[in-house]
Amino acid sequence: MKTYITRGRFAAALLVPALVLAACGGDDDDSSDGAAGSEDGQVALVVAENAIQGGKNAEAAEWVEDWVIPEFEAMKADEGVEVTVGFEGSGVDDEDYKTALALDLQTGEGADVIGGFDGIWTGEFAQAEYIQPLSEVYPESESWDGWDQITENVQQNLSFNDERYGIPGGTDGRVIYFNKELFAEAGLPEDWQPTSWDEILDAARALKDLDGVVPLQINAGTAMGEATTMQGFLPLLAGTGATVWEDDVWQGASPGMEQVLDFYATVYGDEELGDPLLQQEAAGRDNSFLQFSEGEIGMLIEGDYLWRSVINADSDIAPMENRDEVIGWALIPAMEPGAGIDGQDFVSMSGGGGQVLNPNTEHPDLAWELMAFMNSPEALLERHKDDPRITSRADVNEELIDDPMITFIAEEVLPISFFRPGLEEYPEVSIALQEATETVVGGTSPADAAQQYQSTLEGIVGAENVAE
Amino acid sequence: MPRTSLNKQEPPEDPPLVSTPERGFLRRRRRLNEDAAGLGRARAGAFVAPALVLIAIFLVFPALWTLYLGVTNWRLTGLAAAEPEFVGLDNYVDAVTDDRFVGSLTRTLVFVACSAIAGQMLLGFAIAWLMRRASKAVRGFVETLVLIAWILPASVIAWLWLAMLDRRNGSLNAILGTEDTAWLLEYPMQSIIAFNIFNGTAFSMLLFSSALASIPPSQLETAKMSGAGTWATLRDVVFPNIRGHILTAVLLVTLWTFNVFTPYLLTGGGPGQETEIFPVFIYNLALKTGELGQGAAFSLIMIVINLIIALVYLRVLRERRHT
Repeated sequence: MKTYITRGRFAAALLVPALVLAACGGDDDDSSDGAAGSEDGQVALVVAENAIQGGKNAEAAEWVEDWVIPEFEAMKADEGVEVTVGFEGSGVDDEDYKTALALDLQTGEGADVIGGFDGIWTGEFAQAEYIQPLSEVYPESESWDGWDQITENVQQNLSFNDERYGIPGGTDGRVIYFNKELFAEAGLPEDWQPTSWDEILDAARALKDLDGVVPLQINAGTAMGEATTMQGFLPLLAGTGATVWEDDVWQGASPGMEQVLDFYATVYGDEELGDPLLQQEAAGRDNSFLQFSEGEIGMLIEGDYLWRSVINADSDIAPMENRDEVIGWALIPAMEPGAGIDGQDFVSMSGGGGQVLNPNTEHPDLAWELMAFMNSPEALLERHKDDPRITSRADVNEELIDDPMITFIAEEVLPISFFRPGLEEYPEVSIALQEATETVVGGTSPADAAQQYQSTLEGIVGAENVAE
Repeated sequence: MPRTSLNKQEPPEDPPLVSTPERGFLRRRRRLNEDAAGLGRARAGAFVAPALVLIAIFLVFPALWTLYLGVTNWRLTGLAAAEPEFVGLDNYVDAVTDDRFVGSLTRTLVFVACSAIAGQMLLGFAIAWLMRRASKAVRGFVETLVLIAWILPASVIAWLWLAMLDRRNGSLNAILGTEDTAWLLEYPMQSIIAFNIFNGTAFSMLLFSSALASIPPSQLETAKMSGAGTWATLRDVVFPNIRGHILTAVLLVTLWTFNVFTPYLLTGGGPGQETEIFPVFIYNLALKTGELGQGAAFSLIMIVINLIIALVYLRVLRERRHT
């Protein structure tokens, strides 16, 4: 009798924390995996994007919530399948979004269709086994008719070891944007096209005479994240004829590296052709957009993202009513004519993201269908009707691109553009490059910063994988 | 001028109340009475079991898990995420030789010394001391203001501070006429120290005002009558009386400040690594750079430092009780 009571109490004592835990963590079950819903014939899917209404990539968020979801649900309802699709929006820096995705996938959770997935993450996510080749998650995806419309090298964006992991969304290119009104005030031509770095610096010096104008914004430092590497360091490096990774080894403190850092030192050094503080602000990139749209920055190196999603008239970040009249663009010149990779006179960098399927999805068939639907010509034309860009699909691009800026990117920039190495180590190397630019802006000599980079690089990839 | 030292008379040592043989008897009786509730070992065990289970799940297991992760090269992404390898003490060796680690630890010490000890405690005590004789209205008003800074969510306060310190439209620049000063970039450490003092002073203030209330008024009166100045009163009457409270405040405020993460909301550890105090460093390392293994090793170092602070405190407290 006595032991009976004791045991009962002991069990109760163990039960209490268990109940508390169950009660506190209880709301987690039905939201993500949709298993609860499928019992009564209804399926729940979730699509995630780094986009949010009223904030970052607002057009994409509106498109998903107001067009994709209702259209897809109606289409499936006609087929007799009840599907509800939820949207998981974010509006954070790409690096933070990547961390959140990695944590989601690591715990076997996350949205069924994951958008806003940068192509350079594919290698590290695949090696971590967070994502699986499409041929394994949903083998029937191989026969999708859309693949014929996407060229092989664009498909490479979301491929790793010759396996497709997702559907690429498109590609982009980088140019120098400039404010024609400020250029006119400084006596510079409206159809400006520099042919060397010196000509960029000369234009900056002319703009320096204007009151309250930062002549040149070239991204530097870790606060800017990948924007520093992609819009600053790498296009300049390509202009010296070098790349960060070639012949299967990483390039350390090469002459090209020092030349790039020297350019940074000139811009942010004594002449103050750029604003060194802007580089370090937590929201520095958005502030640079804002200042550029308000005519406080003369030249800005950015991708076509700036044109179509930041300074477009309906933007929530830095809208410009008179964008088409005021903003001009020019190709990024090599250091000197012919000094670029392959002897090019002008260079650029391209990237691109897309959508991947979560391998943990309960409904790979429907998740794939949703992803394919979002990449159908119909959906892409709807998505980009006011916001044209270079999509991954040739058939869509033919119909879509009439904007002069986007046409320029497609016809003039893409042929001279380069891609980042899709290697697992790249993101860490990228941070090391950002740190190198940061120390130069902070006053370290380019040669010392290059040496620091060399030793950081050896720590990341191993000394045997760094070129002499 | 007579210097009054009022706390000279120490209480005489207690004479032993009972002789030695009787003491032995009492000890035996006490042992019999250890089970005062009459529960018995098993049932008493059942009562503490839930607490022990919770401690095991949420404290012991994570600590051991951190210990294990700290000797691997586990990463957030990439090959080392799927198959982490055992790397022995490499992470700890890296820590000691890494400038970023040492720099972060130094910054944390400066941050704790300036914002917790010098800032929160001094300011908290000063407010409590000054408000002692203030009218009820003034006292209520001041205390409410300080408390609001404490109870508002850190993210709200961080947002207010961002607005205040903003380079272009910040209110501080408008008030001081220091146009275009980027406070968070030009004075980053000073900014987060001021932020943390603002955010945490209320605790010290509350603790010290209740401590001051516990000082026997007769002693203060005597001090006054003997013509003691403010400093003499503080030194000879107030501090000896509230030594225990001061110790508690030092420990708690030090521990909290050592572990505080909110400055991240203002600066993210930047510019560069200038405000990368230890918790921010671990976060940046583990989740931004993805070095989970190394982050775990550094977390363990942080746990050990916390334990040392706590042990020192307990030691000092026990010695104080003995005297």
